[in-house]
Amino acid sequence: MKRHRPNWIAGIGALAWLLVVGLPIYVMLATTVQTREGYGRNGPLAPPDTFTLDNYTGAFDEGFGRYLFNTLVVTVSVVAIVLLLVPPLAYAIVRSRSRLTSGVFRLFLLGLAIPAQAVIVPIFYLISKAGLYDNLVGVILPTAAFSLPVCALILSGVMRDITPDLYEAMAIDGASPARVFAQLVLPLSRGGIATIAVFSALQAWNGFLFPLILTQSDSTKVITLGLYNFQTQYGINIPGLLAAVVLSMVPVLLVYLFARRALVQGLMGVGGK
Amino acid sequence: MSTTTLAASAATEQRRARRSPGGPTLSRPGFAWALPATLFFGLFALVPLVLVVVLSFTSWAGLGSPEYVGLDNWQRLARDPVMINSLWLSVLLTALGVLVQTPLSLLIGVWASGPQRNRAVLSAVFFLPLLLSATAVSVLWRALLDPNFGVPGQAPWLFGDGNLFGSRTGAIAVLVFVGSWQFIPFHALIYQGAARAVPAVLYQAAEVDGAGRWEQFRHVTLPQLRNAMITSVVLMVVGGLTTFDTVLILTQGGPGTDTTITAYHMYEQAFRSFDFGAGAAIALLLVVVATVISLIVVRVSGYDKMRSTMEGL
Repeated sequence: MKRHRPNWIAGIGALAWLLVVGLPIYVMLATTVQTREGYGRNGPLAPPDTFTLDNYTGAFDEGFGRYLFNTLVVTVSVVAIVLLLVPPLAYAIVRSRSRLTSGVFRLFLLGLAIPAQAVIVPIFYLISKAGLYDNLVGVILPTAAFSLPVCALILSGVMRDITPDLYEAMAIDGASPARVFAQLVLPLSRGGIATIAVFSALQAWNGFLFPLILTQSDSTKVITLGLYNFQTQYGINIPGLLAAVVLSMVPVLLVYLFARRALVQGLMGVGGK
Repeated sequence: MSTTTLAASAATEQRRARRSPGGPTLSRPGFAWALPATLFFGLFALVPLVLVVVLSFTSWAGLGSPEYVGLDNWQRLARDPVMINSLWLSVLLTALGVLVQTPLSLLIGVWASGPQRNRAVLSAVFFLPLLLSATAVSVLWRALLDPNFGVPGQAPWLFGDGNLFGSRTGAIAVLVFVGSWQFIPFHALIYQGAARAVPAVLYQAAEVDGAGRWEQFRHVTLPQLRNAMITSVVLMVVGGLTTFDTVLILTQGGPGTDTTITAYHMYEQAFRSFDFGAGAAIALLLVVVATVISLIVVRVSGYDKMRSTMEGL
């Protein structure tokens, strides 16, 4: 029996948090449509008295298009690798009776706890030795590898929910593991596959550490590094800088609009289960 | 951490599978299905984990091959005041982060799990910072808190001279605030998921016993969120100890070395001073400290004994 007495304190708290999150985002958006002079005159809190989109076009003049393209290449490749490797892995984790496989699952659980910082020196060493330094491939490979544990965890959780009866029915029909995978497991875990795609895309899109240490030239910069660069080089031009920040978020917000459920489930799956 | 739960459930699953006739083994996938992912992951995560140990005993400047130097890196680090200070700072920032973020995430998460009107719309906004990269968040706040052009200049009654980045306290406060702004939504989401899973019967029983809203929260919701809380705190600890991009963009470890936390010190040693041996040693130390603290949290909280939240049902 839920009562529907309004909880005023909770309501006020919720509004307060809304302000804490919403206000900075509003200030950011308002700043980006002002001229530099207008912003300098009014400061961040006053309503804008000028309107311009020059800050956005300015970001593209500074090479934002190139960074956008590089980030897209990294993100698509990472998602492709994850989608190629994780479904068979999760299938084996859930269905295989091999002791090796349960060992592998523990390995991935251990991997969940390895922070990327812990291994950046050796990864820099490996990538340099492999001749992939300052090459997007060198960014893609470790980024994808570090997405695997979480994605394996999420997807094996989803595949575990497929009822054993279905497997048994297919086994009686004499289906091979590959057929079970293609005709039963994949179709029934479509939601989970969407989740890991969105999740690994978000990680790749927002990745900073691997690009920072593994690339150097302008032609291999991704958006996050571009932002970092804008900040150190054009830190005074706050409207221009924030326009670049907004641009970096637009694709993520679009994905969020279309795949909110998949994303939230994935994020909950990280810790909530 | 949820990993423990999952490992345990995987183990029971396999035991069950061996006992029951199930399907014939023929229709089960073999280890080969897991092999490609395992090799790939091993190459980029597990091999480096071994390599970091090896590299910590070498001197390497990024060119040529690493040279064995024994304990030299470790001895230098033990004498490095910045290094020792950075460990304290990391622990301080992590502790402050946990103390600020836990109560707020808990309240927001429990609120968002309830039946309020407009909740869906509100929680969509609540969780926006989740989508932003640490880079975008840091650049945004660096701009908003800029001493000359940002908010502090407009509110001297609140910020004094306005240069938050110029004092140790100010810089630490900024890092804690920005970290909370960014990560509270994530932890709130963990609590939201857990709060939704609390069986309604428990509330009904409490209601029958005449428990008010606060008593219900205190005696039903909180105990039921125990596992979520441990998961969340462990993630905060590991995340806090390895915070790096935020520091790089917001304070660059300054003023002076006042916010040079261990992860940032490692980056400076390895990738700015090209002393990769020392960088590897710090990285190794970081992994060990993060693991030990996580284990302590899990042990102290009794999570490893898998105390069930279903007690009392």
